[in-house]
Amino acid sequence: MSSHAAPIPASRGPVEWPDALLPQVEEILSRYPTRQAAVMPLLWLAQDTWDWLDLDVMRLVARTIDIPPSQVHAVASFYTMFKKSPTGKYLIQVCQTLSCALVGAEAVIEHMERTLEVDEHGNSKDGLFTVLRVECLASCGSAPMMQINEHFYERLTPATCDQIIAGLRSGKPLALPRPEVDKWTFPVS
Amino acid sequence: MDFPRILSGNWELENSHKLDVARSCGTYGRVQKALAMPPVELIQIVKDSGLRGRGGAGFPTGMKWSFVPSAEKRGNKPVYLLCNADESEPGTFKDRYCMWKDPHLMIEGMIIAAHAIGCKVGYVYIRGEFRYIYDRLWEAVHEARAAGLLGENILGTGVDFQLHIHLGAGAYICGEETALISSLEGFKGQPKLKPPFPAVEGAWHAPTIVNNVETLAAVPWIIEHGAAAYKAIGTEKSPGTKLFSCSGHIRKPGVYEIPLGYPMRDLINVECGGLLPGRTLKAVIPGGSSVPIMTPDEVARCNMDYESINTLAGSYLGSGGMIVMDDTTDLVAALTNLLRFYAHESCGQCTPCREGCGWMYHILCRVRDNCATAEDLVTLKDLADNIHSKTICFFGASAAMPVQSFLLKFKGEFLARIEAASKGLPAGSHVSPASLSVVGA
Ligand SMILES: Cc1cc2nc3c(=O)[nH]c(=O)nc-3n(C[C@H](O)[C@H](O)[C@H](O)COP(=O)(O)O)c2cc1C
Ligand code: SF4
Ligand code: FES
Repeated sequence: MSSHAAPIPASRGPVEWPDALLPQVEEILSRYPTRQAAVMPLLWLAQDTWDWLDLDVMRLVARTIDIPPSQVHAVASFYTMFKKSPTGKYLIQVCQTLSCALVGAEAVIEHMERTLEVDEHGNSKDGLFTVLRVECLASCGSAPMMQINEHFYERLTPATCDQIIAGLRSGKPLALPRPEVDKWTFPVS
Repeated sequence: MDFPRILSGNWELENSHKLDVARSCGTYGRVQKALAMPPVELIQIVKDSGLRGRGGAGFPTGMKWSFVPSAEKRGNKPVYLLCNADESEPGTFKDRYCMWKDPHLMIEGMIIAAHAIGCKVGYVYIRGEFRYIYDRLWEAVHEARAAGLLGENILGTGVDFQLHIHLGAGAYICGEETALISSLEGFKGQPKLKPPFPAVEGAWHAPTIVNNVETLAAVPWIIEHGAAAYKAIGTEKSPGTKLFSCSGHIRKPGVYEIPLGYPMRDLINVECGGLLPGRTLKAVIPGGSSVPIMTPDEVARCNMDYESINTLAGSYLGSGGMIVMDDTTDLVAALTNLLRFYAHESCGQCTPCREGCGWMYHILCRVRDNCATAEDLVTLKDLADNIHSKTICFFGASAAMPVQSFLLKFKGEFLARIEAASKGLPAGSHVSPASLSVVGA
């Protein structure tokens, strides 16, 4: 978690759940004995819908489960994966924890930051990418690794990073096979 | 070597995550038998098997289940079963494959566990970064529901069990069971003081059992083959097989299922393919980043089981996340890296942990950068000693133990940095090799 409070996000104006999502909202509420417990799944649904969580989206979640907006804000701030500000289309989270660091994470991170010319918030010049340093993503055997949006990319080198970035820029699907698909041991060649 | 593969046996199969493939391997074949048994009998089998929790603490699973108050005692309160799939301890990456490769085995384990403790609704709490696995788990749940394996009157036995998957959102501390419960309830993931233990008062103030993914996945095999068969594998106090997540400076990092009690050096040299050419072993963290570090001598003596690592090396088997470091590793930088992690992940409730982790991290940065004094090392140790056991949850100790053990077992590396500082040498110039990152850099 981050111990610092999240910046108060800008307002996008009042929002409502799109009609198409209402059955999903109801289904989420039905999973738990209290409405409060739906706060995280609803924040996820909201983030999937509006890309990031501003105060108006948080107010909608608060209305849906009938709790004060401040409580939704407290929850949203506690968890790092709830986005309190917009990011690039591709959110690149590079692991910097020990197992990755032992096998070259720093070189990967620096390479990504340099080639994407990111600013102090990790945003690339073209606004397409956001590069963040994160802690262990439970992929330590296939280190160094990073997560781009939902997907894990493993056994990285600066060269494979370039390939992945080029693939994303060209809009083509992933350029590299993702070990997440099939392997659980990773012989060093 | 060929070992029984209780947990990972189906991983090689194509589409091993699909219900029909899982069923063809015998998964869900134990449900009918288990649900026909009285819960006390099920608990007794798991107790007799000696199965211990695979989430880190190694607590006997059957005993934990038996702590749930009886139906008379708990009145009209429900019982909850939570599967801990938060897997965030650095160096640990086994549950990820259990769920990705064989989600139905875990679900089968949950159905059986739920019956044993009298639970009708369970949840899998999975870390937010495993979004792609979260989707797969829901698919598996839907498949199982459609086949009458989850929901009301499972396979006509009269037993009900509904299962939901709950996605976390990036907070290491949510792996701690009371924090996990707070998070599931829709609050900040902050731990609570124990007692009351969750088994008595957990989620929504009802009795709650929290078990790790791997623990639950071991249950169906035990029901099928019996407690004695499980006890025949492993050692007296650590029966069965365990998944080890192996990372760091080895030729074949990955997840290995081996019987407990297997020699640590064989795990490193045989399964993991040994060290890289020309390297020698410097240190091993045997059970996830929170446990004390081990020297090569200790590695040579110890087996991968709860008692050997504890009595011979003062460390813990923990989650089975083994991080191997060779002679190119800068251990001061390694410890600094870990303390950055703990400083970032402290939930902030307890002063010793919140302030202490950041403080220790900052001292370590100075040691690493050749600008610390001998007094700093004294402060560092003081801080660690004053965090350990003085906080609400075990996170404080988890941050303190690496510091205490690195300082105890590798003091020379730290003293060399102090000496370098006293000579005014710039960061990076010290007696131990230069970089934390050696491979692929
Ligand atoms: C700081 C901290 C983090 C933890 N993280 C995890 C985790 O990611 N996964 C897990 O299964 N247990 C984790 N645990 C242990 C749980 O609190 C709990 O003991 C475990 O889930 C019980 O399951 P078991 O008995 O099957 O091992 C953590 C404990 C602490 C103190
Ligand atoms: S020990 Fe640390 S993580 Fe645990 S409750 Fe206290 S502040 Fe939070
Ligand atoms: S240390 Fe990087 S994934 Fe675990």
